[in-house]
Amino acid sequence: MNLILKVWRQKSAHDRGRFVTYEAKGIGAEMSFLEMLDVVNEELVGRGEEPIAFEHDCREGICGACGFMINGVAHGPERGTTVCQLHMRSFRDGARLTIEPWRARAFPVVKDLIVDRDAFDRIIQAGGFISAPTGSATDANAILVPKEDSDRAFDAAACIGCGACVAACPNASAMLFTASKVTHLGLLPQGQPERYDRVRDMVAAMDREMFGSCTNIGECAAVCPKGISLYFISRMNRDLLTASFKGRERFKALTAAGPAA
Amino acid sequence: MGAEAQVGRLAADPADYRLDAKIPPGPIEQKWDRHGFDMKLVSPANRRRYTVLVVGSGLAGAAAAAALGELGYTVRCFSYHDSPRRAHSIAAQGGINAAKNYRNDGDSVFRLFYDTVRGGDFRAREANVYRLAELSVNIIDQCVAQGVPFAREYGGLLDTRSFGGAQVSRTFYARGQTGQQLLLGAYQALERQIGLGTVTMHTRAEMLDLVVVDGRARGIVTRNLVTGAIESHVGDAVVLATGGYANVFYLSTNAKASNATAIWRAHKRGALFGNPCYTQIHPTCIPVSGDHQSKLTLMSESLRNDGRVWVPKTVGDTRPPDQIPVGGRDYYLERKYPSYGNLAPRDIASRAAKEVCDEKRGVGPGGRGVYLDFTDAIQRLGEPAIREKYGNLFDMYERITGESAYRIPMRIYPAVHYTMGGLWVDYNLMSTVPGLFVAGEANFSDHGANRLGASALMQGLADGYFILPSTLGDYLARAGPVTVDAGHPALRAAEAAVRERVTRLLAINGKRSVDSFHRELGQLMWNYCGMARNDAGLRYALVKIPELRAAFWENVRVLEGNEEVNQSLERAGRVADFLELGELMCLDALQRTESCGCHFREESQTPDGEALRDDEHFAYVAAWEYTGTLARPNLHKEPLHFEYVHLAPRSYK
Repeated sequence: MNLILKVWRQKSAHDRGRFVTYEAKGIGAEMSFLEMLDVVNEELVGRGEEPIAFEHDCREGICGACGFMINGVAHGPERGTTVCQLHMRSFRDGARLTIEPWRARAFPVVKDLIVDRDAFDRIIQAGGFISAPTGSATDANAILVPKEDSDRAFDAAACIGCGACVAACPNASAMLFTASKVTHLGLLPQGQPERYDRVRDMVAAMDREMFGSCTNIGECAAVCPKGISLYFISRMNRDLLTASFKGRERFKALTAAGPAA
Repeated sequence: MGAEAQVGRLAADPADYRLDAKIPPGPIEQKWDRHGFDMKLVSPANRRRYTVLVVGSGLAGAAAAAALGELGYTVRCFSYHDSPRRAHSIAAQGGINAAKNYRNDGDSVFRLFYDTVRGGDFRAREANVYRLAELSVNIIDQCVAQGVPFAREYGGLLDTRSFGGAQVSRTFYARGQTGQQLLLGAYQALERQIGLGTVTMHTRAEMLDLVVVDGRARGIVTRNLVTGAIESHVGDAVVLATGGYANVFYLSTNAKASNATAIWRAHKRGALFGNPCYTQIHPTCIPVSGDHQSKLTLMSESLRNDGRVWVPKTVGDTRPPDQIPVGGRDYYLERKYPSYGNLAPRDIASRAAKEVCDEKRGVGPGGRGVYLDFTDAIQRLGEPAIREKYGNLFDMYERITGESAYRIPMRIYPAVHYTMGGLWVDYNLMSTVPGLFVAGEANFSDHGANRLGASALMQGLADGYFILPSTLGDYLARAGPVTVDAGHPALRAAEAAVRERVTRLLAINGKRSVDSFHRELGQLMWNYCGMARNDAGLRYALVKIPELRAAFWENVRVLEGNEEVNQSLERAGRVADFLELGELMCLDALQRTESCGCHFREESQTPDGEALRDDEHFAYVAAWEYTGTLARPNLHKEPLHFEYVHLAPRSYK
């Protein structure tokens, strides 16, 4: 099959960027979308033109490195699929496809389709963990976790950190990403001691990174390649609300004890 | 004892060379404990004065960086990805072994040790493997404490499953995404340390050289993949946790960026390379579909718990699978290996698949495939139970092939998956360059000639969480803090060498793309150094690879631009190193005229076609020393002794 690609080209963060049109010829239906771009790039290199830069690594839909918009949809038309696992049989011959990077203030473009997603790492740094220094653990079966909680925690933990949720959201909010980690850890007994500090700190970090607010549109969950549910956002909001009361109690305790505490 | 006495140094004369594995004395079950007491400690107040450079942020690297940070060392961690969470450990599907014996099915540390030594076809060090089996228990505890959502039973206890090469159920798992969950556990521990300021993370930084000062590893040179800046970093010790080199075959299950550059440059700076030819070919991957294929996708070995492998009994039977009656099917693994059946180890299952396809009984386009059939399991357990266990794998299979494995048997074929070879390390995980430690898949250590399923995650985390934090501290305590000035000539020289190489690659301006060279190398390696090897084929490859390398340096086309992201430049550097490493792999495969584990020499087989080991001549680790000439490396041998697992032919019949 043959396709017309309108691709965002931007040399660096300082360049203005623009769309450039390319033809992709002789594409097989069994190829993945990224293999189609490989073919285009080989041709560009052959002509001495700079290949289209895009991020990718595992090509199995799990590392979260790849991702861009295809005709305005994050990761393209197939549900629950990253662009590396999207196959050309999903497109018809002669299709015109607009390919552009994630657009969000918190994700500045590095080059072409590559964006900087460091903000996600900083949200995790703010509290997306259980403080369990190496060597301090008890026997694994000493901690009982109801299967239902464990399964649901896994559903949340399946997030690959690709950033599609942010790109799809009209507000460029990172709620689904943050909520998935808050819920994963907050559902487990091991995560209880830090549960409310975690949600407060991670949401604060999210705001610092200039992600937008959530207005319950649900685009994020619709494009999430791992099918992470909006339920987790409501669960995080509940924890955040509880945290605000707990926080006040702690604040009172601190002020009652005097500044030295 | 000074720093020099405790490390295996390169002697001036290769004839005097002694590879000292530094295996502690005493009974095997006491070695690690005793060693723990014999090792020197760095006092907590002094730890921050020592800087450790950790290259790679997969299971081994992230775990090591986090654990060293927790101890209070100053850690700098490097990754060529945009985030440490992208490392390819994330793609491991099936599970992680631990000798917990939660199933009461007769498992023990000794049995896991025994299975692993035997699974590796008696080509691993007993003491290392025993320690790995011991630590497996702590790993599961640690991961649960971090919140890794392992699969659980209704009573809230951990679930386990069986894996190839074992008759007990000791594999802990998180659906088909165990690697992802373990890596995220390590990643979160690492991010916590970054937040606390003990670890500094350098992303999009690719290590391109090792800096050795006065015989010790003291730094690395990196290239910033966004700005092109060449920078050097000084430390008191360097840890390489940079993964394996299966991408030398071009098509493999490794991630596209996985490469050998860090370990290869360290090799050229004096680190010996152990058993480079030991390559694992995984039996259950999705078959190649076309010429433009960029990588292969693994289907977890755990599928062999419930799937049955078969091909048509007769050549030319092209009926759809559901129309071939049971009598017309050859369940060849169950037929040939009745006691392990579909759970025969990887090397054996892969060779058996190749054999039936060579007999022209393979299925699918090109006849390079066998069926992995779930019909019986679906009838017995119901579709929901199968979906619960393997849902994401079935979905992935359907996305790639367009077929539903709930209705049509999967088609699978072996693919390159893992490399057991890597930089030679002693019991302390230190290479032959003092101060250079190597962890995870990047070292050669624990899997011998064949790795059992669910052992890679175990090894990466054992190295990172538990072994390095002790052994590296011992090294630092003995070596003491010695400052290397940021302007030291060795640093400047290494930087200049890296710069010169980048400039050289950019200046070739030839006609062929980097990928076309990589594909050609991969084809050579797959044909002559793949699932079956022979003298003539290896010698042929040893002529062809240097020719291809010369052509590369004359005719590769790398587009200009060093001050911005230049992905073809990144790939060119990696392929240039693969073109050298491929030759060493063939040399190693050529000298080892026995068959063992994944290394199958056609000249050395039993009458019924099984691998035939030659313990009298080959019970050693082959450790190669770079001499300045790629074609003539020096071979050093570390003899292997088996005191606890009786050397015996390996049979799964």
